[in-house]
Amino acid sequence: MADSARAYWRISALTKLGSHTGMARTLAFFSQHRGKLLVLCIWLTLLPLAEPPATAMGSRPSPAAGSRPGVNTPEALLVQSLLDIQNNRLDAALKHINTLLSMRPNFRLAYLIKGDLLTARMRPIATIGNAPGGPVNRLADLRDEARVRLQHYLDPAPLDMVPEYLLQFDPSQHYAIVVDTSKSRLYLYKNDRGTPRYVADYYITSGKNGAEKLKEGDQRTPVGVYFVVNDLPKAKLSDFYGVGAFPINYPNEWDKRLGKNGHGIWLHGVPSDTYSRPPRASSGCVVLTNEDLKNVEQFIQVGHTPVIISNDIAWIGRKAWQSQRAAFLHDMDAWRRDWESLNNARYLSHYSPQFSNGTQDLAAWAAQKRAVNASKTSVKVTLSDVSIFRYPGKENLIVVTFDQNYRSNNLSNQMRKRQYWMQDGATWKIVYEGAA
Amino acid sequence: MTSSRIASALAITAFCFAAASLPTRADELQDIQALVKQGNQSQALDRVNAYLVSQPKDAQARFLKGVILTEQHKTAEAIKIFTALTEDYPELPEPYNNLAVLYASQQQYDKARRELEMAIQTHPSYATAHENLGDIYAKMASQAYDRALQLDKSNTAAQTKLSLIKEIFPINGRYQRPLIKPSTVVAVAAKPPVVAAAPVAAKPAEKIVEKSAEKTPEKPEEKADIPKQDPDAAILAAVNGWVSAWSNKNVGAYLRHYAPDFKTPKGEPRDAWEKMRKERSNAPKKIIVRLSGIKVSVKDERHASVTFRQHYKAGGFSSSTIKTLVLIKSGDKWLIQQERIGA
Repeated sequence: MADSARAYWRISALTKLGSHTGMARTLAFFSQHRGKLLVLCIWLTLLPLAEPPATAMGSRPSPAAGSRPGVNTPEALLVQSLLDIQNNRLDAALKHINTLLSMRPNFRLAYLIKGDLLTARMRPIATIGNAPGGPVNRLADLRDEARVRLQHYLDPAPLDMVPEYLLQFDPSQHYAIVVDTSKSRLYLYKNDRGTPRYVADYYITSGKNGAEKLKEGDQRTPVGVYFVVNDLPKAKLSDFYGVGAFPINYPNEWDKRLGKNGHGIWLHGVPSDTYSRPPRASSGCVVLTNEDLKNVEQFIQVGHTPVIISNDIAWIGRKAWQSQRAAFLHDMDAWRRDWESLNNARYLSHYSPQFSNGTQDLAAWAAQKRAVNASKTSVKVTLSDVSIFRYPGKENLIVVTFDQNYRSNNLSNQMRKRQYWMQDGATWKIVYEGAA
Repeated sequence: MTSSRIASALAITAFCFAAASLPTRADELQDIQALVKQGNQSQALDRVNAYLVSQPKDAQARFLKGVILTEQHKTAEAIKIFTALTEDYPELPEPYNNLAVLYASQQQYDKARRELEMAIQTHPSYATAHENLGDIYAKMASQAYDRALQLDKSNTAAQTKLSLIKEIFPINGRYQRPLIKPSTVVAVAAKPPVVAAAPVAAKPAEKIVEKSAEKTPEKPEEKADIPKQDPDAAILAAVNGWVSAWSNKNVGAYLRHYAPDFKTPKGEPRDAWEKMRKERSNAPKKIIVRLSGIKVSVKDERHASVTFRQHYKAGGFSSSTIKTLVLIKSGDKWLIQQERIGA
């Protein structure tokens, strides 16, 4: 009886709101019944660490003009609706959801929220996704999507800092992609005369079983520094991949060395029957909504664009970024100069005992270098188009790629090279070197 | 549940637009309604059409026709009729409600919702519309969930559509609910089987009104209908006396509730009107009249008006109508000076 009376309350209050009375009345109504309307608490329990939404939104660092999703992007509308729910404005929430669904009629999560908002007009609801008898895993997926999308707004990335990976672009790289698998987010950075500048970010789907891919079929997304190596047009793809796909070079040199395997890690879109996929759903690929992929693809340069995948982006301030970059450049230039000096001991001191290029360990490499250098009277090495990316994950690694112009008394050559450097105490040592 | 049940369910919401009109009209409409209940829709339609030739504006007949067409699954025509009724009588909730039934049967839940919200806007305590709206929300929620979770229910869509009407409109049962709501004034002439469950039937009207005031917090949407200030007990007593005299078929007592200067509905002479009322009251075996959502507004010491929803049931006929009584105080008694349909 008490329940049905409550239901009447709700219907009548919401109907009145829908017809003629103002927001204030409904707000008063809901605040009166705050304790009873469990729906209001959900979002709080859902986001135990979230700050109050108003201040969280307000304190968001103001990004570069025009780079943030505007008020009417699908995600902004979704988030607005979720915040409306948190603030007891169920009617406004439904209005936002309806606007969103008219824009993106295949946004499944929006339908779930809509279902909840309608259900809440009849009875208090205790969780997101009240669909009676709905498949448990699909409900869980959509709840996860709601959580990560909302969390992104409530606990925004520190955009006044930069991902520590982007130490240096090479001039031909106009943009870089940084992925955060734990937050289901992809960040787009522009090469602004050598320094990374934030452009935009997007919701993504990553591997079913999380990050740190190890082997074929483990349904994980790799963590590392990769590059886009191909562009597969829509015509070549099944609908499953959406509007396009960009394979990356997993497994890279370091992965192979660690014995990681598997293949076919792509950035790609979603099937036409859905706006987005749950946060953890792919077999390891990074999946964007079709509209977001369309946005991102205009910035992708096959063979150049780095895709750095982390399971939790490390952000550093500009000063730290500068000093880390300077320290590394110093070590790298020392290597180049020591090579030119033809002092083998100094030159080889830049190589780590763990060095391996896949065929040679440090001893073999050192022997070969000594032999080569013995025939030299002069060596000149210049490096250009150098990119420097810190490697995400536990190991302290840096990947550098550059054009090496080598001139000596009896041989000259030009090549694109890639090295992996590992931090060893205060300095950086080379653990891998090979053609890029 | 058969389709004829649905029709009768719909028909029950038919309203008596002018309770005090000609007996022949009421007889004819009662007959037609009986035909509808028997499932004889084509004959009912012929007769209601014939009736409408002479009385093209008659709201009750038009409503009845809408119900018949609904029963005959002539949805588009039924929608036309009910839509026209909402235009001509925007204050009546029933046509909105039945439009919602029809839209819901076409799975146009959003349209159905709008109609129900209109019904509730005209009558915030209209329980049928509230419950139907709840069902519409449920249906819309379920649709949204299906899309969210990619549940393909297209195979069962047709089935859902049929059972939907039944589900949303077991009006027979549903319609009873507002009648037995605590805030309803009840007076019954005989023990009617239909409302045997109504526990308040035998109690004095005044007490029931008091009781309703106690119970209102449980059904807060009713609260809006009851003035915040204590209703004038004498006025309520007069209205209750009038209802119980009518229900008891005590024509003398009934007529004594009307002021000497009572404005007869069509301006007919007082004795012609009294004669008609006597005939109307004596014709059915029993009459059940209940009032709900009573609003008293006192103009001054001698003038007041009372608005309520009148639930009338006699023979096979039932109606639910908003009525206003204009009252004048004569000595220590409040008498009816004017009786009209609508708020």
